[in-house]
Amino acid sequence: MEMEIDPDDLFRDDDDDADNELFQGRESTKDLVVYLVDASPKMFSTTCPSGDDKDETHFHVAVSCIAQCLKTQIINNAYDEVAICFFNTREKWNLQDLNGVYVFNVAEQEYLDRPTARLIKEIDSVEESFMSKIGSQYGIVSGSRENSLYNALWVAQALLRKGSSKTAEKRVLLFTNEDNPFGNITGVIKTDMMRTTLQRARDAQDLGISIELLPLSRPDSDFNVSTFYSDLLGLKSDDLARFMPAAGEKLEDMKDQLRKKMFKKRLVRKITFSIANGLSIQLNSYALIRPTLPGAITWLDSVTNRPLKAERSFICADTGALVQESAKRFQPYKSENIKFSVEELSEIKRFSAGHLRLLGFKPLNCLKEFHNLRPSTFVFPTDEELIGSTSIFIALHRSMLRLNRFAVAFYGSSSRPQLVALVAQDEIISAGGQVEPPGMHMICLPYSEDIRNTEELHTGSNDAPPHANDEQIRKAAALIKRFDLKDFSVFQFANPALQRHYAVLQALALEEEEIPETQDETVPDEEGMSRPTFVSALEEFKLSVYGDNCDEENAVGNGKESETSKKRKAVADNAVKECANYDWGGLADNGKLKDMTVTQLKYYLTANNLPLAGKKEALISRILTHLGK
Amino acid sequence: MARNKDGMVLLIDVSPSMHKALPEIEKVCSMLVEKKLIYNKYDEVGVVLFGTEDTENELTTEVGGYEHVVVLQNIKVVDGHLVETLQQLPRGTHEVLDAIIVGLDMLIKKYGETYKGKKRLCLITNAQFPTKFPQEGTKEEQVTTIAGHMNKHGMRMESIIVRGKLTGEADKNIMDENDHLLGIFSRKTCAKLVHVESPTSLLGALRTRKISPVTIFRGDLELSPKMKIKVWVYKKTSEEKFPTLKKYSEKAPPTDRFATHEVKVDFEYKSVEDPSKVVPPDQRIKGYRYGPQVIPISSAEWDAVKFKPEKSVKLLGFSDAKNIMRHYYMKDVNIFIPEPGNTRAILAVSALARAMKDMNKVAIMRCVWRQGQGNVVVGVLTPNVSDNDNIPDSFYFNVLPFAEDVREFQFPSFSNFPESWQPSEQQQEAADGLVKMLDLAPPGKEEALLPSLTPNPVLERFYRHLELKSRQPDAVVPPLDETLRTITEPDKELVSQKKSIIDVFRSRFELKENPKLKKSSRRFLRDKPSGSKEGEDHLSITDGPNKVEKIGDTIPVQDFEAMISRRDSPKWVGKAIKDMKNKIHDLVEDSYEGDNYSKALECLIALRKGCILEQEPKEFNDFLCNLCKFCEEKALGSFCGFLASKELTLIPKREAIDSEVTDDEAKSFLVKSEPKLEAMIE
Repeated sequence: MEMEIDPDDLFRDDDDDADNELFQGRESTKDLVVYLVDASPKMFSTTCPSGDDKDETHFHVAVSCIAQCLKTQIINNAYDEVAICFFNTREKWNLQDLNGVYVFNVAEQEYLDRPTARLIKEIDSVEESFMSKIGSQYGIVSGSRENSLYNALWVAQALLRKGSSKTAEKRVLLFTNEDNPFGNITGVIKTDMMRTTLQRARDAQDLGISIELLPLSRPDSDFNVSTFYSDLLGLKSDDLARFMPAAGEKLEDMKDQLRKKMFKKRLVRKITFSIANGLSIQLNSYALIRPTLPGAITWLDSVTNRPLKAERSFICADTGALVQESAKRFQPYKSENIKFSVEELSEIKRFSAGHLRLLGFKPLNCLKEFHNLRPSTFVFPTDEELIGSTSIFIALHRSMLRLNRFAVAFYGSSSRPQLVALVAQDEIISAGGQVEPPGMHMICLPYSEDIRNTEELHTGSNDAPPHANDEQIRKAAALIKRFDLKDFSVFQFANPALQRHYAVLQALALEEEEIPETQDETVPDEEGMSRPTFVSALEEFKLSVYGDNCDEENAVGNGKESETSKKRKAVADNAVKECANYDWGGLADNGKLKDMTVTQLKYYLTANNLPLAGKKEALISRILTHLGK
Repeated sequence: MARNKDGMVLLIDVSPSMHKALPEIEKVCSMLVEKKLIYNKYDEVGVVLFGTEDTENELTTEVGGYEHVVVLQNIKVVDGHLVETLQQLPRGTHEVLDAIIVGLDMLIKKYGETYKGKKRLCLITNAQFPTKFPQEGTKEEQVTTIAGHMNKHGMRMESIIVRGKLTGEADKNIMDENDHLLGIFSRKTCAKLVHVESPTSLLGALRTRKISPVTIFRGDLELSPKMKIKVWVYKKTSEEKFPTLKKYSEKAPPTDRFATHEVKVDFEYKSVEDPSKVVPPDQRIKGYRYGPQVIPISSAEWDAVKFKPEKSVKLLGFSDAKNIMRHYYMKDVNIFIPEPGNTRAILAVSALARAMKDMNKVAIMRCVWRQGQGNVVVGVLTPNVSDNDNIPDSFYFNVLPFAEDVREFQFPSFSNFPESWQPSEQQQEAADGLVKMLDLAPPGKEEALLPSLTPNPVLERFYRHLELKSRQPDAVVPPLDETLRTITEPDKELVSQKKSIIDVFRSRFELKENPKLKKSSRRFLRDKPSGSKEGEDHLSITDGPNKVEKIGDTIPVQDFEAMISRRDSPKWVGKAIKDMKNKIHDLVEDSYEGDNYSKALECLIALRKGCILEQEPKEFNDFLCNLCKFCEEKALGSFCGFLASKELTLIPKREAIDSEVTDDEAKSFLVKSEPKLEAMIE
């Protein structure tokens, strides 16, 4: 792809446009993050309750949040660069040689660098040696001109000097439980210090660095943002109320918030949504839910452990000649090869290039549970290019919520032009912040070809299948009541396979002897299931549907199934019998296996429970291996 | 594969009242055969028409009766000829409805009772005309007897009943009687009955590709270790993909009749540092990224340590349906059906499903479908209570995301947006009207674009093009036909019915381009449709983003070009010309020492071009004359001179046939006016 450089764009000044603050969806390639952690004695002396009735220090909370974040970051955004920097420390370690600031570093890494397994491991255990190596000491005291907060911001800004703000999002995440950092001093010195600190912060912000605060509240008093930090962050009065979630903020919320702040919004696409008779508005689409997969495989040379690259070559099957990647495709049809050019194929798939076109509305109950094929996409309006888009969107959004309707639209995406349902979602806010953003979810609808009438597969016998009677339904209802997951949240489980995957990688990366145990949170709650109330509800339900005689399990199979399994067994028995007719060892020794038919070879494989797949050579080599030859 | 070959008879009603629906029937039936030619080319198909002028079937010669029923093709293996036959069905002249027995007879004669493959009858009719009374017994008894035969022979029947705007008026009593009779089939046999009212749903109603269903899981649904229900799990939805075409190689000599023309792909692994070094496949080892590091792990090592859950399907608990929002569904959908024939399982599923439906609950499950599967799936069961006595209750299963799969981006609250963005009461009212009235599921009518009856326009287009190319290798991709366009574009009929509501909506909201935006990214209002391809040419006329309603100050030329090319109403041409004239007039009048002249010239050139294209030369010529007169009067004569120096002329007859101006007159117009001007100044 060609790089397009637009001179307008290079010199465009965003900051003079207040509206633009709302459009921070613009994509940047990576994040550069400095975690700035207050290490003052107060961070160690204040505790907050954790999940298992143990109290944890604020310092611990901050550090474990960071460790969590790094673990996610290394998986999802491995090209991000991070630095961890403590302030209010006894020792100092930074390029500017400023007091009270300690940049945490690990061997063979720059201060601001991509997260590595080693960094995660060391930050995980930083508390063990913190007091001896780095030490905690409040840096802003009367009688001294030292200003540790100022120094910390300066160091952070210097760390973020790397990289252009065009291609990187630069951020400082500040963890502290001190809402009044200059509380120890008074008079002119105080005003002066506050002024210079605020100026320092503003300078950083002018350079495109955003400063975000992760405040920790003390049990006795809430963190008061307006004392000092609202000025530093540039919060306006109406933002203030929303800034601090309710008092007594839980640790979970804190972690939650950090996680939300960690992921910068990435816009997927700008969509033109045409509503009626040429009236079109502009939407931005975001992927809020996508399966996270273990990262791609890189092939290595097992001898040197150096990376390999795959080279593809195309060979003509008829002549064996090397060919260029051909622009022609073919489909065998009516004993002919019908040829298509690549352009022709893409033309067949092309509809209204990228536009989303409203077709009408339906009541929400027309959207069935089985109308789904893939994860949904979130759309949110923008006035960036077309002023008035948001207003129209809000009006439709409200009407759809109020009338319980969803929109049906055709989305001409190039990969798969698709009918979609647009379902309006109202904003949901909890103590921890926004739970569901306001907007619409675009759900891909199946076509008739994609829907299978599986329910009807096994109909046809003359005796109609029974439906449950009222008594049975009542018993089922009682069981359901006993087994209610009260606060179930859709994303409460970590993916155990993924957790295991990365635990293994981390252990191998750090050359650890043992792979740490990972917890599978998805297993059923055995304890809850053994509660007497549940057990009795279950017994009653079982009795009502299975009857007295309910040592069910293997009873009444299905005729069809046993037929197939019978057949399978017959094949296996026959194979054992046939197999006994040959002297396999002798055949193998004399190289006679290749003279046998595939059917004959498969007798051996079936009789010995070996896989049957593959070409003849593969079958032979499998037999040889099995014979130990 | 021959043992899997299926037999099918298409029973097509070609009576006069069906003529309107026949073009769509031709398409869907030929599509069925086209797909069979690719995916099931040993399948056999026969075609019976009824309502024809002629009579031609074995039963009529054997036992008499069965008039106006023609066997268009006896059951035989599908071929290209059949596609063509189905594309030009003869139009019939009579109204009869006696073809089922003819089709049944054909299947019985062809395959007998013992044939293993699937046998299917597919009836397409509007069932608007009375069936004949049988010689003995009632119509119902006769249908029941036929149904008995079908069951005995293991046949399935699919009936597509065409109604609504696809057929004419009909006697409701007769339709009800016929529906009742056909209903007996669906109760007594494995018959499916679908009513369709629009051409689109007719295209989607017939399953054109056979997919053998395969279970994903058979075994226990564990409510707890103490109670299990035997279930089978199938796919309920699964995307039918665009076919993967093979790469074509032209290397084989044209004389080689046995050439496959295939292209094989070969992979070689080379060291990144030393590209001359090829590493054999078995010397490779998989490496996984962890941050900047790549960690090598052999398959054996990996197998030893990886996550290995046991095959099982376990209940985690129940939850309120509202806790699981619709947009969290991750994948295509599975269906849990109770083990067929297992009464206890059927009852247990039925009781749970019905209770869950009553209580608005869903069940959260943890599933490992196969032994050796490397991950678990957490998902939600929702009840699917059957309203057909033949079909047991079941559950739909949707996959839910894990914590890692959700990105919690923050978005501004709508209430935090500026006041000017909040819709007014009037605007809200207009939106309510639109959402309510642009209704795709009006009560008492067929739901438009019902997913189960809406075909994939891309696949339709591909298979039709494939068939076309098999006859005309150089055919170009045809545009979407009217029927398929109702899937990708708003229904014209609906839009014109609700025009007033749409107009109100349009008039109450104002959209304008962000003036602060740099020019290069202004794409919304003025995208030129020139880059668009077939299909969109049409679209850009009725729709599309370039909807300009007035000529602005910033880019009047583009505004004018966009407006004059609007085709949603004839008024735009006139309005564009008029507005442009005013704009030019203002520019000239407001200019100070000629500072607007070049801009005005640009506008004049655009206007001239537009007037030529729209065959309105007089509009331009008169305007230019008046403009010059105006300039002379207002002492803006320098503008005329400027125009003359830029060689702008009137539109002569040579450029637009309607012009009354000759070439010479056009050229000399401004030159001529100059002396006049001088005269005046003197």
